[in-house]
Amino acid sequence: MSTPPAPTASATADLHRVVDAVWRMESARIVGALTRVTGDVGQAEELAQDALVAALEQWPESGVPAKPGAWLMAIAKHRAIDSFRRSQNLQRKTVELGRELVQQEGVEEDWAAALDEVVEDDVLRLVFISCHPVLSREARVAMTLRLVGGLATDEIARAFLVPEKTLAQRIVRAKRTLTAARVPFEMPTGADFGARLSSVLEVLYLVFNEGYAATAGEDLTRPALCQEAMRLGRILAGLVPEESEVHGLLALMELQASRLAARIGPDGESVLLADQDRSRWDRVLVNHGLAALDRARETAAGALGPYALQAGIAACHARARSVEETDWAGIAGHYEALAALNPSPVIELNRAVAVSRAYGPAAGLELVDRLLDVPALSSYHLLPAVRGDLLVSLGRDDEARAEFERAAGLTRNERERALLLGRAADCGGPAGLPTD
Amino acid sequence: MRFMVIVKATEDSEKGAMPSQDMLEAMGAYNEELVKAGVMLDGDGLRPSSYGARVRFDDEGNASVIDGPFAETKELVSGYWVFEVSSKEEAVEWARRAPFRGGELEIRPFSVPEDFGEAFTPELQEKENELRDTLTAQREA
Repeated sequence: MSTPPAPTASATADLHRVVDAVWRMESARIVGALTRVTGDVGQAEELAQDALVAALEQWPESGVPAKPGAWLMAIAKHRAIDSFRRSQNLQRKTVELGRELVQQEGVEEDWAAALDEVVEDDVLRLVFISCHPVLSREARVAMTLRLVGGLATDEIARAFLVPEKTLAQRIVRAKRTLTAARVPFEMPTGADFGARLSSVLEVLYLVFNEGYAATAGEDLTRPALCQEAMRLGRILAGLVPEESEVHGLLALMELQASRLAARIGPDGESVLLADQDRSRWDRVLVNHGLAALDRARETAAGALGPYALQAGIAACHARARSVEETDWAGIAGHYEALAALNPSPVIELNRAVAVSRAYGPAAGLELVDRLLDVPALSSYHLLPAVRGDLLVSLGRDDEARAEFERAAGLTRNERERALLLGRAADCGGPAGLPTD
Repeated sequence: MRFMVIVKATEDSEKGAMPSQDMLEAMGAYNEELVKAGVMLDGDGLRPSSYGARVRFDDEGNASVIDGPFAETKELVSGYWVFEVSSKEEAVEWARRAPFRGGELEIRPFSVPEDFGEAFTPELQEKENELRDTLTAQREA
């Protein structure tokens, strides 16, 4: 028997990328169907991984099949039935009850039929189980990217700047937790649905923000994470199109992401919204985001939810050709509505900024000064940064410099610190010395 | 990464032949799949080249106008999609699933400012950006 010529290294690498692409496209449906049938998301994921390994072994020689998703599903189905038979044989040795065995043979046929079935809700159930409240937030993020997004463990680890081993363990533990808690693979119903959906939206926004406002490391943004969060948001919007807040979150992410390129200056430094070159905003994403916001408004049962309100704020920026032409009064109004839903000093701080733009720096400073004694903000760098901004507008440079320096001491982001120290320097020399 | 998937014209598309009911349904299902997978940002179809025109420039920059139709059918464009995906491979895999019988798709990444190198000066970029701004403002108005 002759062996086929070994594929070249570069052909193998190309094929690997094709398999990765197919996996991103197909894995959620495959893992979803397997979980529905086996009742165990951990086992389902392992079976699906077996299919992925088979693809990596066979496709270099056979080529990519015409229907790669169906091919992967067929392999996973065989593995599922094999593993079912193994456990059945094990039971045959230990269990004597004939009646129970007959029942199990029926189960095997059911499995085969069930795996051939396409169930629309599989992916949505997978989203819900990945974001289940029995898991920690970190675990929900990892499980969502892994099971729904089809990302590899090392990809997720790199994106979140954690060692691959840590992330792999996080996923293993999460699967065990779900099994131990006997979390069913089902759609939440009634009042539970809203709470569970909130958990899903929170996870997506966490992923987005990890990319948009990198809290650690030298890079200010990691756009791939933003794109992944938007992709998952669009998938979710397709699965539950009647949920206003899903469209609201998608609009918020798309409108914020439209500014990604403009947020980073030529030397990698962060550029504030006011200083951004608005012509670099991504108009395709802006239009998409505005359309999603329209859908959020159309589907809202009553008042808008927090994501749609935040998207409304982002839309005011996206529509404005300059800082001056921005509807700041509208933004201040959105913040007020947000604060009514969810009172928070951070929202108050943002409202103060909008108010200062709409009604002058003194009006803004009045609101900011009310926040100075709030313990939750005592180490929040944006409070002194905003206060410094307003003080500059009021010509109080010495006070402003002290605020910028304080803010620089509080931020964890190296580039942001440089920016704040630059603003402090712009305010002139230390107090008591001539500043010109 | 953003890609344009360009649909090349066929004899039928150049004749302005309307697609069959089956084809329309298959295309609708395909588009829905793209949207639900979160990869399709935009897409549309074009009328045959007989409705269009060409503007050709000589080396001195003089323009001459030629009305359609144009002969080299396979080089013409009859539609496009804009995909946002993580790799060229993913764009290709999505394109492979399009329900065409005959015809060809071309997959091209969008250029980014860095591609132009030093010839694309900040001043030129600024000009282009202003232009794009105006266009957007007109579209939104």
